[in-house]
Amino acid sequence: MSSTATVGDLVSQPYKYGFVTDIETEKIPKGLSEDVVRLISSMKEEPAFLLNFRLRAYRQWLQMQEPDWAALGYPPIDYQDIVYYAAPKQKQQKASLDEVDPKLLETFDKLGIPLSEQKRLSNVAVDAVFDSVSIATTFREKLAEHGVIFCSISEAVKEHPELVERYLGTVVPSNDNYFAALNSAVFSDGSFVYIPKGVDCPMELSTYFRINSGDTGQFERTLIIAEEASSVSYLEGCTAPMFDTNQLHAAVVELVALEDASIKYSTVQNWYAGDENGVGGIYNFVTKRGHCRGDRSRISWTQVETGSAITWKYPSCVLQGADSVGEFYSVALTNNRQQADTGTKMVHVGPRTRSTIVSKGISAGHSVNSYRGLVQIGPKAIGARNYSQCDSMLIGDQAGANTYPYIRSQQPQASVEHEASTCRISADQLFYLQSRGIGFEEAVSMMVSGFCRDVFNQLPMEFAAEADKLLALKLEGSVG
Amino acid sequence: MIRPDAPVLLEIRDLQAAVDDQPILKGVNLTIRAGEIHAVMGRNGSGKSTLSKVLAGHPAYAVTGGSVLYRGENLLELDPEQRARIGLFLGFQYPVEIPGVSNLEFLRVATNARRAERGEEELDTFAFEDLVRERLAVVQMDPAFLERSVNEGFSGGEKKRNEILQMALLEPVVAILDETDSGLDIDALRIVAGGVNQLASPDNATLLITHYQRLLDLITPDHVHVMAAGRILRSGGKELALELERSGYDWVDQELARLGADAERQPAEVA
Repeated sequence: MSSTATVGDLVSQPYKYGFVTDIETEKIPKGLSEDVVRLISSMKEEPAFLLNFRLRAYRQWLQMQEPDWAALGYPPIDYQDIVYYAAPKQKQQKASLDEVDPKLLETFDKLGIPLSEQKRLSNVAVDAVFDSVSIATTFREKLAEHGVIFCSISEAVKEHPELVERYLGTVVPSNDNYFAALNSAVFSDGSFVYIPKGVDCPMELSTYFRINSGDTGQFERTLIIAEEASSVSYLEGCTAPMFDTNQLHAAVVELVALEDASIKYSTVQNWYAGDENGVGGIYNFVTKRGHCRGDRSRISWTQVETGSAITWKYPSCVLQGADSVGEFYSVALTNNRQQADTGTKMVHVGPRTRSTIVSKGISAGHSVNSYRGLVQIGPKAIGARNYSQCDSMLIGDQAGANTYPYIRSQQPQASVEHEASTCRISADQLFYLQSRGIGFEEAVSMMVSGFCRDVFNQLPMEFAAEADKLLALKLEGSVG
Repeated sequence: MIRPDAPVLLEIRDLQAAVDDQPILKGVNLTIRAGEIHAVMGRNGSGKSTLSKVLAGHPAYAVTGGSVLYRGENLLELDPEQRARIGLFLGFQYPVEIPGVSNLEFLRVATNARRAERGEEELDTFAFEDLVRERLAVVQMDPAFLERSVNEGFSGGEKKRNEILQMALLEPVVAILDETDSGLDIDALRIVAGGVNQLASPDNATLLITHYQRLLDLITPDHVHVMAAGRILRSGGKELALELERSGYDWVDQELARLGADAERQPAEVA
């Protein structure tokens, strides 16, 4: 790339996870109806409580309207043109990884998530989800020694139905919003984590989501429960092949933290974002919410959002327990024609609850990047405190950044602070770095990672460097 | 130090450059040999800052004619980063603030880029810390500045000292210092000038771009050039700077008027 070109020209960067795995897939026909909901439930041999949960959600969904308040533009989604369940064909019961189709193992190898014994990451347990089903979960036995349950939610339904029934839908009710209702009706797989009382989970837990089919929606459902005085750090990663059609991803994640428990949830989202003209890419409509149920509990969301054609996502915390803490650290990068409307909700219910929001939006190309956040202080949240910082960085002169902070306080003895800033990578800054021998691309990436440092510092160490690299890769060719 | 047999480091021939199609440099000639200190003086708008930016490769300036050889190599076809790596340094008149990028990390990446070009091994964080602490002494800089973002919130004097620190780390062959004296109080000026003097050697050269004699009281130039209307109008020894200090730039206008008249007459003569 010539360094003398002006800031703002755009070149698209090839997406290295865009391959399709050629594997026989068992799919149900396209379309959504009560029969489809029943079919999914029966294929998964679910207990009655779950079928009823799904049917209730489906009926609610029929009554609801797709939200239109986000700063996003996309053609109407045809919900009858989507396959709601797709699974790679393989033996029903897998006694060990050896029985998993080698093509699937190879796929995850290629994605940098080796699952086999020899190659897997030594300090991270991984649950690998391919289209609608979980392929494998590593380190289950080791975790079980500590009483930690880490498995796919489908397995949890079979093996720990009482826990699932007790917590499912208690943080994100099935009628919470349009996409949450849809997910509740048709959700396929996702992860289930249970950390018993007093246990600090001995390793990082991670789920890797892969969409493979071109016409399949992915409706993941994740439920994490941290009992009293326990703690866990969880990371999810996502990729998808390149198709010129859009795939719908509507996930629901629920976190429950009881007294003195702490959950750290990190996301590195790298779904296919579409090409430079905005053709193809994932529509990512996600509801993530954590409930600080117990006193002094803590939930921390860290997200690095680099993919998807459309991102609609607001990881939130309901701070009910006294002195509970909610945190949200976010980097959202958009390039080309990507659109992101993302932020958080911090709902302060209990006294002396505290929340911190640090959001960094980077917009390049013709993309639009919006922060939308709500800080709500209820009447009983005496002494509640919030600090929000929303910074936007613009690259080139065609990108847009918006900030929509909503603050509602019903408590005079609460303090809410909001800071916002916008900056642009200027030609003079780039020239200054270049004139010290620093290459053009490296100069941009230094400035971007400097901008994101507050957030990257929050990521688990293994992934912080990864996120830095990912951002540099995504921006390669976006300035120049 | 003038040695007629010293190798030529920078050879500028009839250099012409424009910004937004507006010609600024209209045929600059300058030869710089190893061991020499040159000063280019002139009023605002004479083109002296443009000269420094064109040499460093600023993308806003288009070279429209002439040539620049750096140790015999065509400088103008190189990217700015490559020019820096092979030993050209521009000390900025207005050093740019880069929030979020740590000064220490910036200095390390820049130093390693230069070292790689010279075939030297990359310095890790620890080795570099040792080096940078040693070089801080050149400009009497507080190590606390290393922990801050590049130039962010630095005073004018601190920014200029940071420039000279970069020069001390990059060990350039040709250093161009664009109005390094502007905005400095006398103490800061002494420190900056002292740094430049310490770094000058028989193997490198310095090109000072300045309005004022006061910098040249502290750094003695071997050659002084007066620039006006995009050309070097007159060259001389250090006395030329003193003469300018005494008599000002009025003679420049007369000289320009005469040249302008020449230029008008020329076509007729050719015809």
